[in-house]
Amino acid sequence: MARTTCYMCACRCGIKVHLQDGKLRYIEGNREHPINRGVLCAKGSAGIMTAVSPARLSTPLRRIGPRGSGSFEAISWDEAMSIATDRLAAIRASDPNRLAFYTGRDQSQSLTGHFARMFGTINFAAHGGFCSVNMAAAGLYSVGGAFWEFGEPDWEHAKLFLLFGVAEDHDSNPIKLGLGRLKARGAKIISINPVRTGYSAIADEFLAITPGTDGLLVLALIHCLLEAGRIDTEFLIRYTNAHHLVIDAPGAPDHGLIARDAAGRELCFDRASHALVPAQSLGTDPALSGSFMLPDGRYARPAFALLAERYGDAQYAPETIAERCGIDAPTIRRIAAEIAEVAFNQPVVLAQPWTDTAGRHHPTMTGRPVAMHAMRGVSAHSNGFHTCRSIHVLQMLLGALDTPGSWRYKSPYPKPIPCGSPPGRAHIPGGPLDAPPLGCPRGPEDLLVDEAGEALRLDRAFSWDAPLAIHGLMHMAIARAYEAGPQKIDTLFLFMANMAWNSAMNPGETTRMLTECDEEGNYRIPFVIVADAFASETVAYADLVLPDTTYLERHDCISLLDRPIGSAHGPADAIRVPVLKPDRDVRPFQDVLIELAGRLGLADFADDRGRPLYSSYADYMVRHERRHGVGPLAGFRGADGLALGKGAPNPGQLERYIENGGFWKYELPEEQLYFKHANRAYLTGARAMGLIDDDAQIVLQLYVETLQRFRLAAEGHARPRPPERLRERISRYFDPLPIWYVPLEEAMTDRARFPLHAITQRPMAMYHSWGSHNAWLRQILSENRLYVHQDLAAELGVADEDWVWVRSRSGSLRCQIRTMRGVNRDTVWTWNAIGKRAGAWALKHDAPEFHRGFLLNHVISEFLPKQGDDAPHSNSDPITGQAAWFDLTVSVEPCAPESPAETSPRWGANPLRIRTTPEDAR
Amino acid sequence: MTMLPERAPGAKKLGLVIDLDTCVGCHACAVNCKEWNTGGEAAILPDYDKYGPQPDGVWFNRIHSYETEEGGCSRTVNLPRSCLHCEDALCVTVCPTGASYKRLEDGIVLVDTDKCIGCQLCAWACPYGARELDEKAGVMRKCTLCIDRIYDENLPAAEREPACVATCPSRARHFGDLADPQSEVSKLVKERGGVDLLSDLGYRPTNKYLPPRRATIPSAPAEAPSHDGKGLGAALLKLLDKALSR
Repeated sequence: MARTTCYMCACRCGIKVHLQDGKLRYIEGNREHPINRGVLCAKGSAGIMTAVSPARLSTPLRRIGPRGSGSFEAISWDEAMSIATDRLAAIRASDPNRLAFYTGRDQSQSLTGHFARMFGTINFAAHGGFCSVNMAAAGLYSVGGAFWEFGEPDWEHAKLFLLFGVAEDHDSNPIKLGLGRLKARGAKIISINPVRTGYSAIADEFLAITPGTDGLLVLALIHCLLEAGRIDTEFLIRYTNAHHLVIDAPGAPDHGLIARDAAGRELCFDRASHALVPAQSLGTDPALSGSFMLPDGRYARPAFALLAERYGDAQYAPETIAERCGIDAPTIRRIAAEIAEVAFNQPVVLAQPWTDTAGRHHPTMTGRPVAMHAMRGVSAHSNGFHTCRSIHVLQMLLGALDTPGSWRYKSPYPKPIPCGSPPGRAHIPGGPLDAPPLGCPRGPEDLLVDEAGEALRLDRAFSWDAPLAIHGLMHMAIARAYEAGPQKIDTLFLFMANMAWNSAMNPGETTRMLTECDEEGNYRIPFVIVADAFASETVAYADLVLPDTTYLERHDCISLLDRPIGSAHGPADAIRVPVLKPDRDVRPFQDVLIELAGRLGLADFADDRGRPLYSSYADYMVRHERRHGVGPLAGFRGADGLALGKGAPNPGQLERYIENGGFWKYELPEEQLYFKHANRAYLTGARAMGLIDDDAQIVLQLYVETLQRFRLAAEGHARPRPPERLRERISRYFDPLPIWYVPLEEAMTDRARFPLHAITQRPMAMYHSWGSHNAWLRQILSENRLYVHQDLAAELGVADEDWVWVRSRSGSLRCQIRTMRGVNRDTVWTWNAIGKRAGAWALKHDAPEFHRGFLLNHVISEFLPKQGDDAPHSNSDPITGQAAWFDLTVSVEPCAPESPAETSPRWGANPLRIRTTPEDAR
Repeated sequence: MTMLPERAPGAKKLGLVIDLDTCVGCHACAVNCKEWNTGGEAAILPDYDKYGPQPDGVWFNRIHSYETEEGGCSRTVNLPRSCLHCEDALCVTVCPTGASYKRLEDGIVLVDTDKCIGCQLCAWACPYGARELDEKAGVMRKCTLCIDRIYDENLPAAEREPACVATCPSRARHFGDLADPQSEVSKLVKERGGVDLLSDLGYRPTNKYLPPRRATIPSAPAEAPSHDGKGLGAALLKLLDKALSR
C-alpha cells in the first residue's frame, strides 16, 4: 500500500493505493488527509481504470502525415528530446518570446512557470483564463484571497450558506464534506443557480436565476441591507478601506484616487477631532459619509459614501431587477432579511482571545455566520469579475469575512493586495525574465504593451484588451498565433490541454487554424509540441508528441509556490509518488521538462558550465530553492527536518513526506484561525514561515483604487494610455466599485433570434474529457442531452428524446433533448466534455460519445461579433480576459422528422495511426 | 423455493441508512463499490463493451435522480439504489436452488454462486432492481454489504464498514445494526423519520432512507421599501450617525 495524491480531478485528495501481485487492487481515500479525510469520489475511485486505459500514449511520436490526420511514427526519447532541444535552443537564441508554452490542468505550475521564466518567454499561461480567473482576480484585488483555491466556507459554524452558480467541478470532496456538515447541523443552504442538480438538489432553497445576473442580485441584496441599515460599520472601518477618502475632482488626474498625506498614507476624516488623519490611525471615529475638504481646497468623500449612494439608488431595488434576474422581489427582500437575521442576531462567539495588528486585544472571536461560495457559474461570464467583486463587497458590508461562520482564507492566503510581482517583461539576452510571466499589475505602468499601446504577449494578457489577465488567455492562444503568423510564434508547446476540442471555445475554427498553411505550404503555426498522457483530440494536431505517465507513475508536488492543499486551519502541501512502473515508453512530463531545461542550459536548471543541476523532478522538489530556504515543498525542511516553511534543503525530505502519508500540514494555533488579514499572531507567523513577505494588516478593498488608475489612463491622465479604440471600454469597465452590465455577447446579440441562455456543467463523475476513456465512468455517462424546461418544451412542441437544432450567432448543432422542471425557464443546459471526436481517446468507432454526445463549444465563438472597422474583441471579460463561455445565447427548434438520429456536427475520424520502425531497420 | 431463516432473538440486522437530504448524486458510492468488489474475494463485477457502443456492466449500486413537486416548486432527489437486505426477501424464497440465502446471524442476503444457475427469478422477484446477472459467469450478483470488509479483523475497526459508506463524500451513508435500538443508525432512523422503500409491498427492507427536509430561517417579515430610493435611507443614516472607534 502506498499513500499518494489523486489526480482524477483538481481536488488533490489523499489516496491509499493498494497493490496485489504488483497490480492495482484498490484505491481509497486517506483518512488522515486534510483535503478529503478518507472519502473519495467516483472519479478517484475509478483511477484503476484510468491506469489501464487504452487511450494511454505509449511512445514519443513524430508527425508524418498532414497535421490533424493522426499519422505519426514512433521515435525514441533521444530523438524526441533532440528535436525539442534543437527547436527551443534556436528560438531562445533569436527571441525567446517565440515560444508559447501553455499548460492545462497543470498542478506543477511552480515548475512550468519557472521553466518559462528561465527560458525567457513572456508567453506562458495555464488554463485559468478559461476556468476561474474572474474569481481569482476579483478576490485577490479585493480581499487578498479568493473563492475555491484561496478560501473556503467555515463549514463548522456557518448557519446560512449562499452557493452561487455551478460549483460541482472544483473542490469537489471538500465541498461535499462541508455540505454534509451544514446539513447535519441544520444550517440553511440557498442555491442560486439556473439548474437544480447536484449540490443545488439538496439546497433548502433554490433560486433559478437567469444566467449572468448574479451580480445584479447581489447588488439588490446590498441595496436592501443598506436600506435597512443592516451592515457592520465597525468591521468596515477596522478592516476595509470604507472610510478612506476618495478624491472628488472630476476631470483631475487624481480624481477617484485615495487622498494621501505627504508620507503617502491614506486619509480619513476623524469625527472626534474634526480633522483629516491617516486612515490607519487608532482611536479615531472615521466618517463613512459626508464630503470633506482636503488641504488643497478640493473635496473628498469616504469610499463607503460612494458605495451607499450608488447601491441605495432605486435602480438596484429588488422591484427594479426582479424580472431580469428571474427571481421575484419579495423573495429577494426575504433573503436579505434572512442574511441580516443570521449575521446580526445570531453571531457565533468563540471564547478565543486574539490580538489584532493594531495591538488591540479581543477577548473573543465574534463572527457573522453567513458563508458564501462561488465558482464557474459566476466566473465564466464577461461580467464575472464585477459579480465576484460584488460578492466580496457583500461579505465586507456584513463583516462576514474570515470570521467564525463566514468564508475564510485558506493558507497561505491572505496575501498583500495586489499580491506578488507584476508580470515579467524583459529578459537579458540569453537569460531569464525579470519576473515570473504571470503576475498582478498594480496599474497601467505594469502592462505588457508596446509604444502604440498594443499587446506584447501572444494572448494579449496584461494589455489593454485584458489588463488584469493574471492567468493569461489560453483560449485565445491558438487564434492569436494563427492571426499573427510565424513572425510572432514559432512553437506552441501544450501540456495536458485539450485545445483542439473541449477546451477550445470553437473547436471547428481552432482545428482549422492549427492546420492552415500559408501560400508556401507552411503551417501558419509553425510547430506544435503536445505533452499528454492520453490520446486526446489535440494529440492529432501535434508535430511532436511527448507521452506523459499517469498520476500513479510519477513524482509530483502540490506546492505552496503554486496552488497547495492548505486550508483555513493552516498551510499544507503534498507529493505524488510513483506507485506503478510504466509499462510503456513514457516519461513523467516534469522529468522531461527538467531535462529539457538542463539541455538548454537554463539558469536554475543548469550550472555555470551548462551542466544539468537536477536528475529528476524528485531531485528538483528536494534541492531547488526559489528564494533562500524556500523550495517547492515547505514541510520537513532543514538538516533535521524540523524547519517549518523556510529552511535548508533536506535530502531526506521525500522520505519524511512518504512516512507522513504523502503530505505535510501545519495546524495553526487557535488564536490564528480567524481575522487572518488583521491577526497579528497569524501574520507574524506566516511571515516567519515564508508565506508572505510583509506582516502588516491587509486592508480589504471595498474600493479598488487600482481599477481607477486604469480608468484615469483611459481618460488621458496617466501613461501608458490605451489605444483610442479601447479608451471608452476601459473607462466603462474599470470602475473601482462593482458594476453590473449585460454580458457582452448577450448585449451584442439579437435576443429575438436567440432568446435562450445556454450553459454547461460538469457531471460530478467526470473531469473534463478525462472521464470518457475510463471504462467505469463511461458506463455512468457516455452521451448527453440538452435539458429544457417543460414549459419551454411544450411551447417548442418537443418532448423527451426528440432531436432539435440549437443555433447561435456562430453555429448550429443537433442533439436530443430531455425535459425537466428544475431549470430557469429561459435556459437550456447540458453536461460538458461528453461529446468526443471520432477516433480520439481510443474509443471504438461507434461509441455513443461520437454520435449521441455533443459539445456546446461548437456554437460558441472565441470572438465577439465584429463592430465597425475594429477587429473583434475576444469573447472574454474586459478586465481579466476570462473566457465568457456562459454568455452564450441560442435558439432551439425541432429537427425535421427525416433528420438523421445522430448529433451534429460530426467530423471525420482521425485516430492515431502509428508507424513503428523495427529496431534493426533503423 | 428457499426458506428464510427464523430470526433468532438478539440477532443483528446489518444494513444501511441513506440520507436523501444530503445525497448529492455524485456516484462515489457506486464506483467505489465496483472498485472494491471487482478486485475482491466476494464477487467480481464484470464490464461489457468497455470502450464500444454499449458500455455496460454489473453494479451493486446505481444512482437515480428524480424531480418531485413540493409546494409548487420542483425538488431534485438523488436516490442511491442497492440491495435492502429485506427481512421478507422474496428474492430468497423464489430461488429454486437455494443459492440465494439470508444469513441468520446478521440478516445479510447473499448469493452462493456455486449453486446459482442464473435463472434470474430473484431479479424478477426483487422490486428494487437490486440484482444483476453476470453475463460472463452466468450467475447473479448483488450487494454483500462488503462482507469481506466488515468482518475483516486485519482492518482497523473504523474501516470495517462497506466501501460505499467509507467513501461517501457528503457522509450521506451510514452502516450499522438496525436491530439494536441504541445503535447510531437506529437513532438516526428514529430522529429523522427513516422510511422503507415501497413499504406497502411488505418485504420489510432493513435499509432505511432518511427523507429530504428543509431548513428555514425565521426572520422579520420582509421589509417594505422605506424610502424612494434617492439618497440614503433613514435607517442607514441613523447607523452612520453612531460613533465608531477604530
